[in-house]
Amino acid sequence: MNRDIQTSHAVVAEGLGKRYGEQWALRDFRLAVPTGSVLGLLGHNGAGKTTAIRILTTLASPTEGTAKVAGHDVVAEPDRVREQIGLTSQAATVDGLMSGAANLEMIGRLYHLPRKVARARAAELLAELQLEDAGDRLVRDYSGGMRRRLDLAASLLASPPVLFLDEPTTGLDPESRNELWDLLRRLVGGGTTLILTTQYLEEADQLADDVVLLDRGKIVATGSPVQLKARHGGERVVVTVAADADLGPAAEALEKVAAGAAEIDREGLFVAAPASESTRLIEVVRALEDGGVDAHDVRRREATLDDVFFSLTSPRGRAASPQSTTDTDQDTDREEATA
Amino acid sequence: MNANAITAAALPKAPAGPARLRWLAADAWVLAKRQFAHIRQIPEKLFDVTLQPVMFVLLFAYVFGGVIHVPGGGDYHEYLIGGILVQTLAFGMMGPGVSLATDLGEGIIDRFSSLPMSRPAYLIGHLTAEFSATLLAIAIMVGSGLIVGWGINSTALEALACFGLIFLIAITSIMLGTMVGVIARSPDAVQGIAFVAVFPLTFVANTFVPVGGLPDGLRQVAEYNPISAWAAAIRTLFGNPTAIPDGAAWPLEHPVVASLAWCAVILAVVVPVALRAYRKRTTG
Repeated sequence: MNRDIQTSHAVVAEGLGKRYGEQWALRDFRLAVPTGSVLGLLGHNGAGKTTAIRILTTLASPTEGTAKVAGHDVVAEPDRVREQIGLTSQAATVDGLMSGAANLEMIGRLYHLPRKVARARAAELLAELQLEDAGDRLVRDYSGGMRRRLDLAASLLASPPVLFLDEPTTGLDPESRNELWDLLRRLVGGGTTLILTTQYLEEADQLADDVVLLDRGKIVATGSPVQLKARHGGERVVVTVAADADLGPAAEALEKVAAGAAEIDREGLFVAAPASESTRLIEVVRALEDGGVDAHDVRRREATLDDVFFSLTSPRGRAASPQSTTDTDQDTDREEATA
Repeated sequence: MNANAITAAALPKAPAGPARLRWLAADAWVLAKRQFAHIRQIPEKLFDVTLQPVMFVLLFAYVFGGVIHVPGGGDYHEYLIGGILVQTLAFGMMGPGVSLATDLGEGIIDRFSSLPMSRPAYLIGHLTAEFSATLLAIAIMVGSGLIVGWGINSTALEALACFGLIFLIAITSIMLGTMVGVIARSPDAVQGIAFVAVFPLTFVANTFVPVGGLPDGLRQVAEYNPISAWAAAIRTLFGNPTAIPDGAAWPLEHPVVASLAWCAVILAVVVPVALRAYRKRTTG
């Protein structure tokens, strides 16, 4: 990599790979994140997002390849890298048995700030993240949203120029999610480079300048969210049916009017197919009626990560799912990464 | 975000050379204080090294004490304390094991690993806190021993050597617990492993009853049990009755040397295994 890319880019990775036993959790991973921009790492659980973050934040050593963060090599100069980064990982990275203020002060002390400075900075961050009233309470009594904010406060303690967030909004209610997005936008406005992983295309849409789509440890697409969706997603027509027996006929009917093949989801009892500008819902409804399908719901929606994924990674006929993800298995990525 | 006083560029720079040790000590102390904060929140964490040994002293001194006879003469209360001290130290592996397994199972270890703090500070802070808890346990044991009629009947030098040995056994046990905590899959697993290992080991030994009365087979196990060597060494150095039968196995005939050897062997195995597993789990 040349000198220019090192100074203009906060994060640069080349040919990064991580193998656990026989399994490559990440392979041929390359990245160049311009300073001050937002990169979204998208992928399902086990796609390698967390592994990538762990290598870039010096928590895991790469099996092959190199990476520089803020100009420092993650393997050769991990301490220099650690001075420049903040990390919020998926699991709680704060201590439940200490107060929010004590947590932040402890982390400030571990950045070797003098006690007074650490305490003042803790108070400042608590106020900034609307936690000042909860500062003296034990973190185990915090709500999920409050704990996430404290996690973030801990990551921001030394105002790091490069911030890594591993699924920062998973499990948050929409209001807290919007608040967090606003805060992240403010940070980026102040020049912070942000690398975040997410399973939600909407989140990438809202925040990311560029997106890297990962599937089973490999990059399958890169580009801006708009480019990605235009290239691989587009709009979908979704038909929800009453019974399993209706799925087949519904798919058949849908394919007559939709712009492409229909995918069947047996669990969610729905079929989905790509929609073009000229696809009209009324035609879908007619086709369903002609086919004698008992449809509960017919709607158009924006492409989701799943839809993009479907077109990029999966053989035809794989089941789609109604949401892009489930929250219950959010930790499997990490478990695979640490196994 | 408003203009913050602290920026990454303004962070204190890592000192070079021996001054790094000051950072290590400061970081370790910050993390030790974290463990103390946990104890303030959950005082029950200390039960296994505080109330439990007192309970054992009372149980054995007053419930079983009347029927247990110390061969070769001597007061059972004098005999008992050395045993319960060792049992307390052995159970002392549970605390470090459980808290390490808890930390490693959560994201907080990622937080620490992503900070520019001294690398060994986490483990050293952890061990400092655990050793402090053990010191408290030893003080409680000595205190309750004195109340039930135990005493130190040796020279000051021997007594000092005995406390040295007690500290060494404590460190051995804490390191053993550290290894189990790093390797185990969960805090519950640590508790299970520690209990299943320590409980029979402390009973098939001279902890509460002299080995002379044990049936063949069990008696040999007890004689070569490190717990027996440790208890016998503490009794010897404090000048308490040891009740070592004639023709006992070598470790009981030479309890102090055997104790030191056991500590050395266990530490030689446990420390490298624990450190390697810890590195693997935190930077794998």
